[in-house]
Amino acid sequence: MKRLFSILSFLTAVLLIYGLYQALVAAPTERTMGDVQRIFYYHVPSAWTAFCLFFTNLFASIAYLIWKNAKADALAVASAEVGVVFCTIVLITGPIWARPVWGIWWTWDIRLTTTLVLWLIYVAYLMLRRFSDTAQTPVLAAVLAIFGALDVPLVYFSIWFFRTQHPQPVMGKGGSLAPPMLYAFLMNLLAFTLFGIMVCWSRYRLELLRREVEAAHAMESLVGAETSAKASLPLSRSAR
Amino acid sequence: MSSFWSLTLATLVKDIRLEWRTKDALNSMLFFSLLVVVIFSFSFDPYAEQSREIAGGLVWVAFLFASIVALNQTWARELRNQVLDGYRISPAPANALFLAKAVGNFIFVLLLEALMTPLFIVFYNLRALGPAWQLIPVGVLGTWALVVNGTFFAALSVRTRSREIMLPLLLFPISIPAIQGMVEATRILLAGDGSARFWIVLLLTYDVVFTTACLGLFGTILHAE
Repeated sequence: MKRLFSILSFLTAVLLIYGLYQALVAAPTERTMGDVQRIFYYHVPSAWTAFCLFFTNLFASIAYLIWKNAKADALAVASAEVGVVFCTIVLITGPIWARPVWGIWWTWDIRLTTTLVLWLIYVAYLMLRRFSDTAQTPVLAAVLAIFGALDVPLVYFSIWFFRTQHPQPVMGKGGSLAPPMLYAFLMNLLAFTLFGIMVCWSRYRLELLRREVEAAHAMESLVGAETSAKASLPLSRSAR
Repeated sequence: MSSFWSLTLATLVKDIRLEWRTKDALNSMLFFSLLVVVIFSFSFDPYAEQSREIAGGLVWVAFLFASIVALNQTWARELRNQVLDGYRISPAPANALFLAKAVGNFIFVLLLEALMTPLFIVFYNLRALGPAWQLIPVGVLGTWALVVNGTFFAALSVRTRSREIMLPLLLFPISIPAIQGMVEATRILLAGDGSARFWIVLLLTYDVVFTTACLGLFGTILHAE
């Protein structure tokens, strides 16, 4: 497992560098938007990674509720945290692109709003985990994740009723994207997906370690309390 | 009457009686939303045309904030004397308890709305240009949307530190589509431009989805160890 982790980390680093070269140098400049279009090679892969991580969180949450498996909960924590980071990248890179191209930083469009609401839900999720440090926290958080998942389609439909401004996905309709651009995009998509998985994996391992340390500390203080209680009671000691 | 409904009714009657004797939640909600109305009208100073456009938002934001008061005390009240633990070990179905609490809050918030709406009409010179009777289903569905999730999340946040702050932090993000539905429907009905049907259907969907989710998951929350 450790070997696989190192190999994949190395592969991710190489792919990220290659993706950066492809996005900034190799891919041709877009005709109307100019260089600012290159943000697309980071914006969309980040969004994809964030959504994958949120899905992972949902499945881990459901798995936790069914099997009460501590590892599922650790995966839920890791994927939610890393997902929020990627979602933040999406929400920051979007306006940077939108300002020169649309002339506005932000609009209440269907994808923007849904992403923002998703981000808000997962920030609430992380706050819940932070504010609650009892043994019930995993259950409460898992339930909140399910509520969030139910909410997102409703948000989508409520905004869908207004007309949307976001550019339609360009891949689905048989490639209006030039081949070198598509190549750069796919490289970055792969690199970011791997990057997301690796960060999430590290966070997952960290979470498991943290819990182990916590349990060890709790055990130690229990044992310590026992011995100090014995030491402070010489009578009981001599009685033994 | 099955034992489920008689349990629900018993808890509901108990809550209403408690509220009737102290009127803590209702008084603070009323005064709070009155303050919101006054402060908003100072901040915006709208004339009639404009107020039709923004009143939907103001009304529902005021009710949303005010209902937090009632929602927060729903379960906090049961923490004293370990009543909640008593519920947990009793064989009574968890959903009976949840339904009673949700219906109780629903009644309190509806009462608040009934008392505050005339005041809104006076302060903002409102006169609906659309079919005004449709405001009733919007109000009922919207209030249930706020209250059913609010009751659920109050049960969730009562388990955390600083629970009073936690409830709005959890409830508001999830309520965004419901709030949009209420606000848009109210705006359309007041300004009389178009049909509010889509938004009423959206609210109905929201209510059905989240009532089911709450009833399905409340037992898990109540019995979480």
